[in-house]
Amino acid sequence: MGAGLAEFLAASARGGLLPWQAEQEAAARYGAGAREVEAAALGSGLMPSRYARNAGTIGLAGQARLHAATVVVAGCGGLGGYLVELLARLGVGAIVAVDPDSFEESNLNRQLLATVSSLGLPKAEAAARRIREINPAVIARPVRAILDSRNAPAILEGADAVADGLDRIESRRDVASACAALGVPFVHAAVAGWYAQATVQAPGSRAVEELYGPREGAGVESDLGNPAFAPALAAAIEAAETCKLLLGLGRGLAGRLLSVDLLAMESAEFPL
Amino acid sequence: MKVTIKLFASLRAGRFDSEQRELPAGSDLAAAITAAGVEAREAAVVFVNSRHAEPARPLAEGDVVAIFPPVGGG
Repeated sequence: MGAGLAEFLAASARGGLLPWQAEQEAAARYGAGAREVEAAALGSGLMPSRYARNAGTIGLAGQARLHAATVVVAGCGGLGGYLVELLARLGVGAIVAVDPDSFEESNLNRQLLATVSSLGLPKAEAAARRIREINPAVIARPVRAILDSRNAPAILEGADAVADGLDRIESRRDVASACAALGVPFVHAAVAGWYAQATVQAPGSRAVEELYGPREGAGVESDLGNPAFAPALAAAIEAAETCKLLLGLGRGLAGRLLSVDLLAMESAEFPL
Repeated sequence: MKVTIKLFASLRAGRFDSEQRELPAGSDLAAAITAAGVEAREAAVVFVNSRHAEPARPLAEGDVVAIFPPVGGG
C-alpha cells in the first residue's frame, strides 16, 4: 500500500500542494485513515493544501514535526477552547483535551466552544468534536477528568507539551508540578479582566510553582471576571510558544514572565 | 531612602502606575508594598530591580519595585 499510496498522492498534487479531495480519495482507495494519508503526504514532500498558508512560516519539515507531536490541553474553557482551535489548525498531530466540566451559560461570553446548542455538553467532548471538524488528520482524545498529579502520568504519556487552559491557581501549581516531575514542558498563561500573563516552564524548572508561591484561593479574576479578549490573546501566545517549542524555533518565554495589560495597552517582561 | 514602586494590572486601579516613595533606611520589600497601599495578599509576584524577590528582602536607595496581583483565570 505504501508505494501505491505515495504514487497516488504524488500524481494528485498540484504545485506541491495536495487537495483535501485527493486525500479523501487516497483514504478510500487505500483503506487508510486521514492521519495516515497526511503522514504519507508530508513524508513524500507534499504539503496538504490546508497548510498552504502555514508553508512560509512552518515549512514542510516543520509541518511533519507538528504532525508527529502530541499536545495536552489542560482545561477546555476560555483559554482551552482557543488552544484546541489554534493547535488543530496549526496541524499538531494529536491533541488530548482534558476537562471535567460541561458548558454553562456563564461560559458564553468567552469560551469558543460554548454555544447555545452546546450548553450542558461536556467540554472535553466538544473540543474533540471541534478538532475532528477542523482537521480529521488530527487525533483528538477527550478526557473527562481534572488533570492532576495523580492521573498526569497516564494522561501525559507521550506528550511533547502541556498547554495551560486551567482556571485555578491550585490546579496550575499541581499540573505544573506534575509536568516538572515528568519532564514535560508546561506552557502557562492566566487571565483576569483586561490582563494576561504567560511563561513557559521548561523541563527541570519549577517556574510556575515559584511564580504563584504557596498562595491559597483565587486571583483577581474572582472580582474582574474574564471577558473574551484576554483569553483569546493569551491562548494565541500559548499556541505560538507551543509551536516554537515543538519546532525548536525562535526565543521562547522560558525564564521570562510576560504580562500584558490591555487596558493600558502595555506589555512588561520580567526574568523568572 | 527613595525607591520607585511600579504597579501592574488591576493594582493600578485607584492607586498609581509608577511613583517614588520615601522609606526609612533599612526598610524591606514588605514596607514598600505597604507604602504603595497594597495588601500583602494582593501582591502575588514582586520584583526588585527586575529580580523575583521575597517580602523580607531589604531595599536600598534607588531600588525599583514591581508588584503584580495574582492572575489565575482561564
